[in-house]
Amino acid sequence: MNRIVRKEKLSAEVFRIAVEAPEIAAARKPGQFVIIQLGGDVNERIPLTIADADAGAKTITLVFQAVGESTHRLAALGVGDSIENLLGPLGRPTDIEKYGKVACVGGGIGVAPLYPIAQGMKNAGNEVKVIMGARSRGLIIMEAEMRAVADDVIVVTDDGSYGRKALVTAPLKELCEQWRPDCVVAIGPPVMMKFAALATKPYGIRTIVSLNTIMIDGTGMCGGCRVSVGGRTKFVCVDGPEFDGHQVDWDNMILRLGSYKPQEQEAHHRCHGLMKLNEGEA
Amino acid sequence: MHVSSEELDKLAGDILGRFENAAPSPKERAQIPAQEMPAQDPVERVRNMREVALGYTPSQVRAESLRCLQCRNKPCIQGCPVSIDIPAFIAEAAKGNFARAAEIINESSLLPAICGRVCPQENQCQKYCTLGKMLKDIDKSVAIGRIERFVADYARENRCEKVPHVAAETGMRAAVVGSGPASISAAADLRREGHGVVMFEALHKAGGVLVYGIPEFRLPKAIVRHELDNLKAMGVQIRLNFLVGKTRRISDLMGKDGFDAVFVGSGAGLPKFLNIPGENHVGVFSANEYLTRSNLMKAYDIGAARTPMFASRRVAVFGGGNVAMDSARTAKRLGAGTVTVIYRRTGAEMPARKEEVAHAGEEGVEFMFLHAPLEITADDRGRVSGVKLIECRLGEPDASGRRSPVEIPGSEKHCAYDTVIVAIGNASNPLIKATTEGIDVNRHGNFIVNEETCETTLPGVYAGGDIVLGAATVIQAMGQGRKAAKAMNAYLAAKRQVRA
Ligand SMILES: Cc1cc2nc3c(=O)[nH]c(=O)nc-3n(C[C@H](O)[C@H](O)[C@H](O)COP(=O)(O)OP(=O)(O)OC[C@H]3O[C@@H](n4cnc5c(N)ncnc54)[C@H](O)[C@@H]3O)c2cc1C
Ligand code: SF4
Ligand code: FES
Repeated sequence: MNRIVRKEKLSAEVFRIAVEAPEIAAARKPGQFVIIQLGGDVNERIPLTIADADAGAKTITLVFQAVGESTHRLAALGVGDSIENLLGPLGRPTDIEKYGKVACVGGGIGVAPLYPIAQGMKNAGNEVKVIMGARSRGLIIMEAEMRAVADDVIVVTDDGSYGRKALVTAPLKELCEQWRPDCVVAIGPPVMMKFAALATKPYGIRTIVSLNTIMIDGTGMCGGCRVSVGGRTKFVCVDGPEFDGHQVDWDNMILRLGSYKPQEQEAHHRCHGLMKLNEGEA
Repeated sequence: MHVSSEELDKLAGDILGRFENAAPSPKERAQIPAQEMPAQDPVERVRNMREVALGYTPSQVRAESLRCLQCRNKPCIQGCPVSIDIPAFIAEAAKGNFARAAEIINESSLLPAICGRVCPQENQCQKYCTLGKMLKDIDKSVAIGRIERFVADYARENRCEKVPHVAAETGMRAAVVGSGPASISAAADLRREGHGVVMFEALHKAGGVLVYGIPEFRLPKAIVRHELDNLKAMGVQIRLNFLVGKTRRISDLMGKDGFDAVFVGSGAGLPKFLNIPGENHVGVFSANEYLTRSNLMKAYDIGAARTPMFASRRVAVFGGGNVAMDSARTAKRLGAGTVTVIYRRTGAEMPARKEEVAHAGEEGVEFMFLHAPLEITADDRGRVSGVKLIECRLGEPDASGRRSPVEIPGSEKHCAYDTVIVAIGNASNPLIKATTEGIDVNRHGNFIVNEETCETTLPGVYAGGDIVLGAATVIQAMGQGRKAAKAMNAYLAAKRQVRA
C-alpha cells in the first residue's frame, strides 16, 4: 500500500511524489492534508498538504522540501517504495466559492498546496491572479502549472534572480490597491502569511491562510496543533488548517512552532510541517 | 523500605509450608498477611520505562489466593463490571492450577492481563470483598487484580491460552471503528460467530489508549500487541491509518463497502483544557499530547526517537486521575527535577487508582491539594514561567457526590514552573458524529445507545466504551464491546436469514 509511483525533483531540495492511496484520492478536496509516518517505532508523524490527486489513477500528489531528518528520509524513497503509514484526508477543505476576484499568494513550497486551491477557485468561476515568491530562482516551483490555471502570475524573488526583486507582500499590496480582490488565499512560511494578512487588513479583504502548526495525531486527540483564532483556541488539524488570517494570533503561533528549537539544535530533531522554511525565504 | 521480590517470595513460601497438609480454616485465612506486590526499586525505576509492578511470584499468588474466604454469596462478583467468577478462579490459583484459573476468567473477560494491571479494583471487586470488610481495611481485601494478572500472564507466557474457536464463515461483514478495549472485545466476539470483521484505526498503531495513553511502566505494550495478534490469528483484519468520517464515512462503509453492521469504539479522544489565560504558551501540553509523544511516538527514547520531548525542569500537572499520575510519572522519568500534581480537592477525592498515587509518591512526585489554577504566565519568549494559583476549601458535595472545591478569596499566589500538563480529562471526539447523519448524542457529545443492545439511533450502528460512557475504564469499555457484539451477532443472524 501507499506505493510511490512517480517522483520528480522540482528544485534543489523540493520533491514531488505521486503515491497510491485510493480512498484518499477519492475523498480529498483542495486544502486538505495527510499525515505520514515512515514505519517503525521511532519515526515521527509529519503533516503534508495534498498538492493534487487523481481519483482515476488512485493517486495523490505530495510536494515536500527535504529540510529535516524525516523529510530527507522521505526524499530517499524512490518509485516502487512505499510510505508505510499514510493517513488522510485530514482537515476541512478550502471554502471554494464564487467570490469574484481571488488573489492566491504562495511562498516557497506553499505554492504546492496553493495550486489545487487556485485551480478550484478558477473552476468555481473566479478570476484568479497568483503571486508566487521564493528566495531565489532555483526555488521557484510549479510556475507552468500555475500559469495554466491562473489569469495572471506574478513571480518575485528575494534576490531578484528571477521575476521581480521583492517580497510577496509588495505585489499583494498593489493588487489590493488596483485590482481589489474579493478574497486572498495565502500559503507559505508563517512569517509570510502573517505579513500577507497584515497587508490585506487595511482593505478589509477576506484573507484565508493555511496553518502548519506542530501536529501528532491529526485527529483532534492531542491538542498540540492548537492556535488562538479570534481569541478562541482552535485545533488546526480538525478546525483548520485554513483560518481567517486577520484573526490568527501569529506571534503565539510562531512561538509555538519554536517549542522544540533547543532539542532541534541539540539532537537534530525536527518536528515541523511541510512548509517550514528559513525565514525570509518567500 | 523497598523489599525485593526474592524476600517476598520467601515469606510466601513459609506461609504455604504451614498449610501444606491441611487447608487453612477461615480464621487462619484471614490471618495470612496480604501479599505485597514486588516492584522495581523507586530509585531505579524513575530512570527507566520498564514496568513498575513486577507481578507476584507463584508462591505469592498461592499465598494470596489462600486468603480468599470463598464466600458463598460471592460479594466481590457484584463489583466486577463483567461478573468474573472470582472465588472460582482464586480457588484454582490457590491450588496452583493457573491454566484452569485463566480459563475461568476467560469465560467472562477477554483482556485479563490488561485489566489485572489497570482496573481500579479498590472501587470494584475489592471494594466488596468480605475479607477487607472484616479487617476494616480495603487494602487488606483479597488482591483479586494481582491474582488475575498473574494468572493471565501465566497463561500467555506458557502458551496455554485457548485460541478462540471461530465458527464457519457466515458471509456477513462487520466494521469495527477504533482499536481500544471496546473495539478489541467487540471484534473478537463478532469474529467468533464467523462474521468477517475489519477493524479501522486512525493511528499507525492499534490499541487505543492502551498504546498511546497508558505508559509502558504501567502496561507493557507487548501485552497489548499480544491481544491484537490473537485477533489477527482469529482472522480479524486490522486497517491502520484509516479515519472513519474522513477516509470513508460510516454511510460509505455500509452503503458502498458492504458492511452489514458497524461498531463504533472511537473513545474519548478530545482533550479538555482549563480555559484560563495563558493556556497556549509554549510549554503547556494536554496530557494526551504529552503521553502520546512519549508512548506512541517513543519520544522517551531520547536520541533514537525523532519526535522530541519538551525539556522540563519544573512541571505542574493539573488533575487527579490516572491521566494525571501517568503524566507526572512520565515527566519524572524524562528527567524533570520537580513534578507537582495540583488538584482542587484533597487526596481522598482523587479519582486515580490508589496504587498509582502511591507509586507516584514513592517516585518523588509532589502533591499540592486544594489549589486551582487561575492563569499560566510566560516569559518574554512566550515560554511558561509559572502558574497563578488560588487556594480552595471543600464545600458541599456536587452532583458526582464529591465535595466541590470553593476558592478562598485573597489566597492567590504564583509558583514557578516551566511546563504545565493539563490532565483534567477527555471529552468525546466529535468527528464521527459530525460526519454521520442519524447518530444522536447527549449534551456531552456521548453517543446515545440502547442500554440492552448498545445500538445507536442509527440502525445497524452500535457503540461502546468511552464514546458512550465518557472517559471511563478499560473494563467498562470491554464490557460494552461484548454487549454490543452480542446484539450485533443477533442482528447479523437475522439479517442473514432475510437475505437467504
Ligand atoms: C492516560 C490514561 C490512563 C488511563 N488509565 C486507566 C486505568 O488505569 N484504568 C482504567 O480502567 N482506565 C484507564 N483509562 C481509561 C481507559 O483507557 C479508557 O476508558 C478506555 O481505553 C476506553 O476504551 P475505548 O475502546 O472506548 O477507546 P480508546 O481506548 O480511546 O480507543 C479508541 C480508538 O479509536 C480510534 N479512533 C477514534 N476515532 C476514530 C475514527 N474516526 N476512525 C478510526 N479510529 C478512530 C482512536 O485513535 C483510538 O485508538 C486511562 C485513560 C487515559 C487517557
Ligand atoms: S469477597 Fe473476597 S473473600 Fe469473598 S470470595 Fe470474593 S475475593 Fe474471596
Ligand atoms: S494534531 Fe493532535 S489535535 Fe491536532
